[in-house]
Amino acid sequence: MRASVVVFPGSNCDRDVMDSLAEVLGITPQPVWHDDETLPEEPGLVVLPGGFSYGDYLRCGAMAARARIMKDVRRHAADGGLVLGICNGFQVLTESRLLPGAILGNRSRRFICSDCTVRVEADDTPFTSCYEKGQVLSMPIAHHEGLFFLPPDQLDELETSGQVVFRYCCPDGSLSDRCNPNGALRHIAGVRNAGGNVLGLMPHPERASESILGSQDGAPMWRSVAKWMNGGVSS
Amino acid sequence: MTHIARIYVSLKEGVLDTQGKAVAHSLQRLGHDSLKDARIGRYIQLRIDAPDTDEARRRADAMCRELLVNDLIEEYTMELEPCE
Repeated sequence: MRASVVVFPGSNCDRDVMDSLAEVLGITPQPVWHDDETLPEEPGLVVLPGGFSYGDYLRCGAMAARARIMKDVRRHAADGGLVLGICNGFQVLTESRLLPGAILGNRSRRFICSDCTVRVEADDTPFTSCYEKGQVLSMPIAHHEGLFFLPPDQLDELETSGQVVFRYCCPDGSLSDRCNPNGALRHIAGVRNAGGNVLGLMPHPERASESILGSQDGAPMWRSVAKWMNGGVSS
Repeated sequence: MTHIARIYVSLKEGVLDTQGKAVAHSLQRLGHDSLKDARIGRYIQLRIDAPDTDEARRRADAMCRELLVNDLIEEYTMELEPCE
């Protein structure tokens, strides 16, 4: 399996993602510069990492969404290739309209850097087949703008089409405003596109993929992708 | 001819404006009981070369569509005039 990690000015989780993929899957991901015209040949999984691309100016992810490399990322996604956006990468994907919704400032108006628990809402995606639906994962979040927003009618459509992949939850898996760190609508922490090949989430799986980091709950995401690339989702 | 476009971007009705809420709360605590609501937006000023005002407006609208405004959550108004 191959993986490519796009580096924007201000990305700061690109190396973490590459290290995590290397550690869990034994692969060597390729960094890709935002100003390149094209992704590498056979890019494999394309990751848009966390950070503060373009200083979060204008709107988080807005300028990165218009970076030169994004044209080829769109083509890759349109061809069915896998694209994963983590934190700022999720913001880039919504700004690119590769994913539905918009990410607003946290309801508390505070930057939140903490562990959180999320519930797997869909295990039939290329990114989550090694999890079980309903499973509760512990992963860190670190963001000031993480409140997932969509107008109510579009939110209903998103739910009906099964595009909500992760929801913030309490450690027992129940949903409560108390366990929704940024106030995201319907506790949404991660969504996929209609085709299922593009996923965005605010929590950081790459920061929860080795025991030394306190949680390994992010590692099955990499294993899911490897499994999908080696023959599709079997579950 | 150079034109100046003054663009006011605001969150659409129904989109949570946490900054606006915080500011309204502060103003009310200062005793401004008549305050009903506060919304925080963004002001962008552009200088654009164009043969006439209509063309300058078209170019500014294109910039809003392509980058400056996310029409899922934001709307904008524009004032435009020729300048030196």
